[in-house]
Amino acid sequence: MKLTVWTYEGPPHVGAMRVATGMRDLHLVLHAPQGDTYADLLFTMIERRGHRPPVSYTTFQARDLGADTASLFRTSAQAAHDRFRPQALLVAASCTAELIQDDPGGLAETLGLPVPVIALDLPSYQRKENFGCDEAFLQLARALAKPMERTTRVSCNILGPTALGFRHRDDVAEITALVEEMGIDVNVTAPMGSTPADLARLGAAHFNVLLYPETAESAARWLEREFGQPWTRTIPIGARATRAFIDELRALSGSTAPVDDSRLRQPWWAASVDSTYLTGKRVFVFGDGTHAMAAAKVARDEMGFEVCGLGCYNREMARPVRALAREMGLEALITDDYLEVESAIEALQPELILGTQMERHIGKRLGIPCAVISAPVHVQDFPARHSPQMGFEGANVLFDTWVHPLVMGLEEHLLTMFRDDFEFHDAAGPSHHGGHAPKPVAPHGAAPDSIAPPSEAPRGPAAPSASAVSLACVVPGPVPVGASGAAVAPRPAAPETIVWLSDAEHELKKIPFFVRGKARRNTEKFAAERGLSAIGLQTLYEAKAHYAR
Amino acid sequence: MTATCRDAPILKERGQREVFCGLTGIIWLHRKIQDAFFLVVGSRTCAHLLQSAAGVMIFAEPRFATAILEEKDLAGLADAHAELDREVARLLARRPDIRLLFLVGSCPSEVIKLDLHRAAERLSGVHGPNVRVLNYSGSGIETTFTQGEDACLAAMVPALPQTEAAQFLLVGALPDVVEDQALDLLAQIGVAPVQVLPARRGTELPAIGPNTRFALAQPFLGDTQSALIRRGAQPISAPFPFGAEGTALWLHAVAAAFGIPPQRVEAVIAAPRARAQAAVARVAEVLRGRSVFFLPDSQLELPLARFLTRECGMTAVEIGTPHLHAQIMGPELDLIAAGPVISEGQDVDLQLDRVRAARPDLTICGLGLANPLESEGLTTKWAIELVFTPVHFFEQAADLAGLFARPIRRRALLAPHARAAE
Repeated sequence: MKLTVWTYEGPPHVGAMRVATGMRDLHLVLHAPQGDTYADLLFTMIERRGHRPPVSYTTFQARDLGADTASLFRTSAQAAHDRFRPQALLVAASCTAELIQDDPGGLAETLGLPVPVIALDLPSYQRKENFGCDEAFLQLARALAKPMERTTRVSCNILGPTALGFRHRDDVAEITALVEEMGIDVNVTAPMGSTPADLARLGAAHFNVLLYPETAESAARWLEREFGQPWTRTIPIGARATRAFIDELRALSGSTAPVDDSRLRQPWWAASVDSTYLTGKRVFVFGDGTHAMAAAKVARDEMGFEVCGLGCYNREMARPVRALAREMGLEALITDDYLEVESAIEALQPELILGTQMERHIGKRLGIPCAVISAPVHVQDFPARHSPQMGFEGANVLFDTWVHPLVMGLEEHLLTMFRDDFEFHDAAGPSHHGGHAPKPVAPHGAAPDSIAPPSEAPRGPAAPSASAVSLACVVPGPVPVGASGAAVAPRPAAPETIVWLSDAEHELKKIPFFVRGKARRNTEKFAAERGLSAIGLQTLYEAKAHYAR
Repeated sequence: MTATCRDAPILKERGQREVFCGLTGIIWLHRKIQDAFFLVVGSRTCAHLLQSAAGVMIFAEPRFATAILEEKDLAGLADAHAELDREVARLLARRPDIRLLFLVGSCPSEVIKLDLHRAAERLSGVHGPNVRVLNYSGSGIETTFTQGEDACLAAMVPALPQTEAAQFLLVGALPDVVEDQALDLLAQIGVAPVQVLPARRGTELPAIGPNTRFALAQPFLGDTQSALIRRGAQPISAPFPFGAEGTALWLHAVAAAFGIPPQRVEAVIAAPRARAQAAVARVAEVLRGRSVFFLPDSQLELPLARFLTRECGMTAVEIGTPHLHAQIMGPELDLIAAGPVISEGQDVDLQLDRVRAARPDLTICGLGLANPLESEGLTTKWAIELVFTPVHFFEQAADLAGLFARPIRRRALLAPHARAAE
């Protein structure tokens, strides 16, 4: 058993749903109890899809268990076929149905349906959502893709986009335009946007473009083995990676067509003097392996940040993430335990987090700005505007979205110079963020929380932030976390024996809130290393000089 | 007297249900009972449901978590119990503020027959008297959405202390502000003493006994009612306190059970009732003469349809409910004029066919169906908001009407612009 508060990934059948929901003319029959239909709202609310996911749930109940869940499955599969007339039928079991071992594949076989029936084996007690995507797409490709002649003109498939993917919609538009600009045809984009009939034509492409290894690497490998199609290894996130990706496309396709990069503004935006203040900002990067690695490289090589932490939640990507972390002089954090990530961030006190919606909330709690770079997704990750992560426009988007949460250059100086200005108090936050000010701690459990609909920022007792972290306490004990005081994770405590003298405490308050946590931590570490029991003004400045970069 | 729905035939359906399971109740219960923790023993799906249903993520440290079953837990139940003991010990060590721990069964734990009742007794022995451990099932194979609260409260009933005192018990988790209003009204009317189940703290469990009279404030508490009756408590049957009319009838029924004359009730409620009626009438202008279709969700459907048809001038096409408790719903069915189809259970595809054929002005449905129906040009109201918003008693009656009026007003607001864009 593993105690879990929040999860980065859903169960594997949700992955299969993401594949099915992205496609057309495909239907998934899921052997599942009532309640598993909650997953529909991920697509209809978070992604705002105007149609139901193409999924039928058998909805067995306790009283069916002793009787005949198998015939319930057969009836549901037959009814789903008759009503929706799909080109192919996927069948699978959710976690509960896996336990009753009805064999959906075998049962569907006995129906003699006139369309291909593809059974998925999704081990719910071992694997997770990304595996479900990858496995569902692999099995679809295996069942449907037929050997065929290559297209006359050079062409590729674009593999990996699914429903509920982080910016998949916009990445596909960006990469499709890039590929076509190079004179390469797109044969099939899958799973999102394709039909089972399209999957039959996968073999006609000359090579594959793999955008998301998490969801489609197994299919890419199978297509390579089966049809001899090579596939791209570069993930085109960031200006440099996009150029490397173009080189890879040229090598695979023989294309020599020029690519218009006049829209690419990110390198100049980063080089222009206004961005000087970004230099060496310490960033913590966490997400799915692919996005985390790409973000870490962009952060270091294209933004001039210092990556102070790197990790991913999907263990499947542990090896390459560890390798990149080592190259950056770091130890990778490979975990799907959100509390572990929170402690790591709290200990490191980065100036910016590049993470998921989970880390955004951790950042809110700790008063650290965060930009979201990876799934799991939130309604905010489906903007109305075109907002890719990939290609040249993607690089522009990264610059904007990563810089946006920060306090900007001159403002940073002003905050340092005029700490006593009544409008520059800690709770003010970056001036261009209206809603950024830390909220007061709400009384605990005031009412059964009116639930925040998925379209709204989470409510409930507000995460205490800088304002709640009382600096008045002379002995810095464990950081009080207000309403949620009894946190599940033990919080790192400052050495209890070190006392902040009042002059130092007062000086610390003059340091802008967004670096104060780091200053406090560094000073305490500095004092502890020297065996000091009290921190005075001199200690503070000695520590500052010691850690100056 | 005009015909009502009391004797209307019920359309019973069986098929795919588009509803939450009972685990969802944890989202409000863990806020209501402030020293309780809800530990779901289940799968990753359970954890994912809770965070998805919780409006993606309520990121305060929640007082709930999931002990996710892994392969090795399925192999041997003895090991699963040992694992559970270990996780509970770790949890309670980290959360010394917890006084009441619920072990919440799920579909997988029910299917593998993990005996959480035994586990709760064992763990109460280990961690009591500081921590009381109770269990209930919120599994989808046994409970639909709000039935999770029913199962939770029913599990608390045997643990309640005994009393011979004559008293009133208000049953059902209400938002604190609503609960305070109800207690104030009851006090003014002269109903006393009053206890509440669930209490805001697990350490303050109300005592009950044969001289306890109780009324449900939520319509989905059938098992809790049975458990209370088994303890000798006497139920008060009434329509539910939604809208001006429902609230007045509910208060009158409670007062009558305590021998308080109706004139005294009238003296107390005249002003707030008039205020509620006036406010509802204003909001209901956009609802009057329009049709409404309820898909099954929370078991609030019948009382809400009664409110919409009698106080807001709407016509009900179909009132679907996941489960119809004939005795509890009797007073509601008595008030709803004959006409609408009353359906119990669900075959979502067939029901959606009926929605499309009727094209109601407003469809009350779950989050999975709302946007798809909107994209077909139908106006919808997410049912879940009706459970998560203060809607009971006089002062919230207009807010309740407003929840239904808003989607209609919004569609009207956007319509001219939508036409201009075409």
